[in-house]
Amino acid sequence: MAEAVFAVAAVLMLAGAIGVVASRNPVHAALFLVQTLVGVALLFILNDAHFLAAVQVVVYAGAIVILFLFVIMLLGVDKAEELRVEPIFGQRPLAAVIGAALAAVLGTVIFSTADVLSGIRRSGGERALDGEATDIERMGRVLFGEFAFAVEITAALLTIAVVGAVVLTRRAARSDGAAPAESGSG
Amino acid sequence: MDLSGLTTGWYLALAAALFIIGAVGLLVRRNPLVMFMCVELMLNAVNVTFVALGAGLNDVGGQVAVFFVLVVAATEVVIGLALVVAINRRRSGATADDVTLLKG
Repeated sequence: MAEAVFAVAAVLMLAGAIGVVASRNPVHAALFLVQTLVGVALLFILNDAHFLAAVQVVVYAGAIVILFLFVIMLLGVDKAEELRVEPIFGQRPLAAVIGAALAAVLGTVIFSTADVLSGIRRSGGERALDGEATDIERMGRVLFGEFAFAVEITAALLTIAVVGAVVLTRRAARSDGAAPAESGSG
Repeated sequence: MDLSGLTTGWYLALAAALFIIGAVGLLVRRNPLVMFMCVELMLNAVNVTFVALGAGLNDVGGQVAVFFVLVVAATEVVIGLALVVAINRRRSGATADDVTLLKG
């Protein structure tokens, strides 16, 4: 059963990823991205990370992709791109070479270290995944115990990002006091 | 590599494939929005690795790491899209190559 779910998730993910890279229209790329993200959520469920699977669908497939689509529509760049012409000479052969090199490195690492986990002591106590607690309870205890400081930093990071986005996108106020010409559209 | 049953190695191989597709897409595409989507693909590949290794080691640390990656991905998208909007306001239809015009 798990093998079948894994196979379905793998096909969804890889087909979606190729769709993101190969689609000429950015809107189609965003929709293929949703497909990939759902495949990743399936893999999370397969690994008993149910909370993360829900967050993946709500935050990633929901909020982040909607943000992408919103910007695509706002900028009006939802036109099909011509992908057959190569704008920079040698860009695609070089990208293929880098991809093959990456595949060689990652493949070597994965195949040579596949049984490395068998020698490592499995975690116990609060962090163990096979205890009584649900995965939300376990994550909450670790996040607000061991990683409490990191969570606080995360809060600061989110605040900075929100302020940064506002600063980057708002139109500068004109010094002569006149209203900006396009103020009605924003 | 043990090919019988669903071992951690399978997840790592799948994540590597997703990461490579994302990396090649980032190098090939010129539309900044699609480039950001390729970065999301790479981040998701790493998330799969974290969760699979966490399950393999019976440790919740992998899931906690994914939680932080999610937050960083969200902030990255917000700032990146704000930059895209700001650049497109000056010069509509800008691709990644046109950002060189920002210098001096």
